[in-house]
Amino acid sequence: MSPFTILPVLLPLIGGILMLMARPIGIDTQRILSLILTTLLVGVSLVSFQLANSEIYQVVLLGNWQAPFGIVIVLDRLSALMLLLTSLLALGALWYAIRTDTDKQGQHFHVLFQLQLFGLNGAFMTGDVFNLFVFFEVLLIASYGLLLHGGGRLRTRAGLHYVVINLVGSTLFLFAVGTLYGILGTLNIADMAIAVRNVSEADQGIVATAAVLLLVVFGIKAAMFPLYLWLPGAYAYTSAPVAALFAIMTKVGLYSIIRVHGTIFGEEAGDLAFVHIEWVLLLGLITLALAALGVLAARALRRQVAYLILASVATLMVAIGINNEAALAAALYYLIHSTMLGAAMFLIADVIMKGRGIYSDSFTKAIPIDRPIIVGSVFMLLGIALTGMPPLSGFFGKVMILHSALNHPWFAAILSVILTAGLVMIIAVVRSGSLLFYSVQKEEGQKTSPLNKSAFVAVFLLMLVSPLMVMFAKPLTDMNTQIAGQLFNGQAYIDAVLSTVPYGGNNSK
Amino acid sequence: MEWLIASVISVMTGCGVYLTLRARTFPVVLGLTLLAYAVNVFLFSMGRLQIGIPAVIDPAAAAYTDPLPQALVLTAIVIAFGMTAFLIVLALKARSELGNDHVDGLHRSDDELKATKHNSTKTETERSQS
Repeated sequence: MSPFTILPVLLPLIGGILMLMARPIGIDTQRILSLILTTLLVGVSLVSFQLANSEIYQVVLLGNWQAPFGIVIVLDRLSALMLLLTSLLALGALWYAIRTDTDKQGQHFHVLFQLQLFGLNGAFMTGDVFNLFVFFEVLLIASYGLLLHGGGRLRTRAGLHYVVINLVGSTLFLFAVGTLYGILGTLNIADMAIAVRNVSEADQGIVATAAVLLLVVFGIKAAMFPLYLWLPGAYAYTSAPVAALFAIMTKVGLYSIIRVHGTIFGEEAGDLAFVHIEWVLLLGLITLALAALGVLAARALRRQVAYLILASVATLMVAIGINNEAALAAALYYLIHSTMLGAAMFLIADVIMKGRGIYSDSFTKAIPIDRPIIVGSVFMLLGIALTGMPPLSGFFGKVMILHSALNHPWFAAILSVILTAGLVMIIAVVRSGSLLFYSVQKEEGQKTSPLNKSAFVAVFLLMLVSPLMVMFAKPLTDMNTQIAGQLFNGQAYIDAVLSTVPYGGNNSK
Repeated sequence: MEWLIASVISVMTGCGVYLTLRARTFPVVLGLTLLAYAVNVFLFSMGRLQIGIPAVIDPAAAAYTDPLPQALVLTAIVIAFGMTAFLIVLALKARSELGNDHVDGLHRSDDELKATKHNSTKTETERSQS
């Protein structure tokens, strides 16, 4: 254990406070500071990643209290991967926001941005269910501010829906946490995993109810059917860099399912083992089918991209629902891919939208955009990657997921839904691509706005992740297999958390 | 007492759910507040109901009640408070920007429509997206 472990959580918090104090000096200082801090966070995340690879579990006891009594912060391979992903994504989104002046459209963009990272990193590292709730609230309140940043009627309406559904989610979270505490008598994830093995038969139903209720809460975050209706509106109408950053927000829900349900209701939980997993698989399949239809039915590009994100989340749910080590490793590969490329897709939708002037991003005949060849090819590559066509990373992810499902009793359903959804989505994206780039007509008096090249760099770099993931597929898959192995070995996590001794010796025994 | 607490929670939850499903923003805010109250009492009762027993260490005490739910409730109250305040401000903003207090509303009052009809093409593209 090293005190460095908690830095990925502390750094954005301090950063947010600094940003608030830097506000009187001016936006330029804030921008430089924000870029420095986020770059620093990438560095810290890299070191954390290294740390998680060398020593297996890094456990920090907050307040120096031994595990079940105090709150623990745990860094394992999965947390480290999520931290690294978040910080890289944040850097891209921040660069785009600065170069397009999105951060000038309202106040406190940089403050909220850092606090958002604080909430995300905290949620990825905590080992306590109630602390997870608190970090959820932190990231949510920051996301409310970011979502509404810049204002506008459609954005306000989408924001209202988003806030209300998430408040309902918070209430349900508390009901679930309360029920679990009432039966298990602890809130530490590792300790709960032990307590759940000794639950009496009469109480098993209550614990199962709480588990499924918790799944509903994470399902709201992850946009699981039938709780996904807030996503297309919220993602489509917010500003592009925020939507790009939010590509990681749905993954917080998935991460929580893997972490909380995977640890507490893992293999050793007796009768309650994997009480949630069939729900995840079934709802994932339904979500995927509906998301593909949403992609087909969308009448504006940003809405279509939001449904593409939903489809990728649904694919991840299916992979988690298959519930074996290979599937989880494939899910992690697909998670990296879909987060980065989904974000890039939101940014390019914004580039196209700005280029089309008053026609915005609706699928109608419009004026040609500036530099259609560059923008168009990047759009095409992103479309190929996100819909899972060869030769880019989405294809590899899907092949791995399907391969891991070969022996699953639901294989036929999984195969048909994933392949059909892919086909429907590629048709829809091809149609929108040809509409946006070929169905154009020059008009008098309508000037094309030039391409913002330095902002476009962010899109390009995020897109580059996909070919890189194909080139380094082997080491990446090895790494993901290790992470999945660690996740399926829940006992090691439990032992590591509960056996960590406070500084100055063991004071509880 | 269990019966009393249980019925209090259920009535508050029931009212909260009903109000949250209403079409206007003010009942929704009230409904969420009621839900938050219900969950606070629920959390509190998860430490089991006991009367007149201290939660902090006391040399004279024969037994203790569980202090953890009390700490949880305190946190939950603060968070719910902040969120409700935010939601009220957002509802007011929505009321002034959308022209009505419907949760799903995007209609403007007639005079507003007349005023904006001829000059704003932007509004039309906005509407076509929705």
